[in-house]
Amino acid sequence: MSDVVVVDYGAGNTRSVRAALTHLGKSSVVLSDPTAILEADFVVLPGVGSARSAMEHLNQTGAADALRTRFDNGGATLGICLGMQLALTTSEEDGGVTCLGLLKGDVRRLQADRVPRLGWANVDPWNESFYFAHSFVGQSPDTVATSDGFCVAVRNGSFFGVQFHPEKSGDAGLNFLEQCLTLV
Amino acid sequence: MPYSRLIPCLDVANGRVVKGVSFVGLRDVGDPVELAKFYSDGGADELVFLDITATPEGAKTMTSVVAQVADVLEIPFTVGGGIRTVDDASRIIEAGADRVSLNSAALSNPELISEIAELFGSQAVVVAIDAGDGVVHTHGGRNATEIKTVPWAIEAASRGAGEILLTSIRQDGQRTGFDLELTRQVREAISIPVIASGGAGNAQHVVDALRITDAALIASIVHENPSGLKGLRAEIESLGITLRPLKEKA
Repeated sequence: MSDVVVVDYGAGNTRSVRAALTHLGKSSVVLSDPTAILEADFVVLPGVGSARSAMEHLNQTGAADALRTRFDNGGATLGICLGMQLALTTSEEDGGVTCLGLLKGDVRRLQADRVPRLGWANVDPWNESFYFAHSFVGQSPDTVATSDGFCVAVRNGSFFGVQFHPEKSGDAGLNFLEQCLTLV
Repeated sequence: MPYSRLIPCLDVANGRVVKGVSFVGLRDVGDPVELAKFYSDGGADELVFLDITATPEGAKTMTSVVAQVADVLEIPFTVGGGIRTVDDASRIIEAGADRVSLNSAALSNPELISEIAELFGSQAVVVAIDAGDGVVHTHGGRNATEIKTVPWAIEAASRGAGEILLTSIRQDGQRTGFDLELTRQVREAISIPVIASGGAGNAQHVVDALRITDAALIASIVHENPSGLKGLRAEIESLGITLRPLKEKA
């Protein structure tokens, strides 16, 4: 069995996440099978596509319910970018989307000088730079880190979500991923 | 605000890096994977690969290059050249690229911008504009169109582009500095980020561009001395632009 299940929601680049995991010595598979999601040691909900199409795919495949049950059971899950946003209750994206609701909070269109917010930015209080590429942003009482005042990391029990892309953030990103993997 | 970005651009033909990359410290200067890793280690914030082949055979090779690069690179990269359909974009993104750059295909079919943005998000779509004398050019700057530069940038942004890669065809390859007026005009007209391109000859040129925009594309200035990227970054910082802090490798 693979070390990590990367949840498939139908579109986009999962190759970079898998490459980063490989670099850390972890094998991975990309799938949306509910049983595999429930049983995996570690699950990554990656950051690709749009909120509506992602939730439709997760609902249709049963992956959404599996992710909720997994959360209730205390299974470690990392959400990246859109994957973090999907863990909240609702998103303003695509005219309004009901998300997984693992954490309290919602997702709104980013109000910033330039949108999308692209590039490397410092994350407080970790004092480390990571790569961001987003037009929406979460707000949650479970916020554990911010960047330019925006919520960029949330944590509740076994779910950890980050707005940045650790798989695209050089050594800082790899270190972060490695630490996440020890949460298992 | 995110840090200003420094983005080396690599021209690729038939799976090989072409155009003036010096060999200092490199085993194989033509290998896009090795050069990408080298620039990433040297502190590039992102990379751009331009496929200048633009043939069906070249596209196949490019997809395989993208996959190889994605397996070793831990910074984001954009791929442009020959992307004419949603399928082309999907193929490149699924192979591991973070973003695709559209140029003439977006001009002839602006709907392509929205289609790719809907599928992958705006952050995945860069629209490249080759600008000169107030109008957009095609074919590497050789053919002038009647489309005005600033209105086209506004339309691209409104259709869902996540960034404009703005090349001054007058300054490109001259190494006498970026076209700051053009960059300022385009950036002020839109609210998405703008990468200035064409004309970087020294650190001061890059600094001048980064004072008015979000990112600078660099080519010959680094290709002539790939191991000089760290020094270039330090020089840019000494001139007053803050770049992301680099961690020394243990």
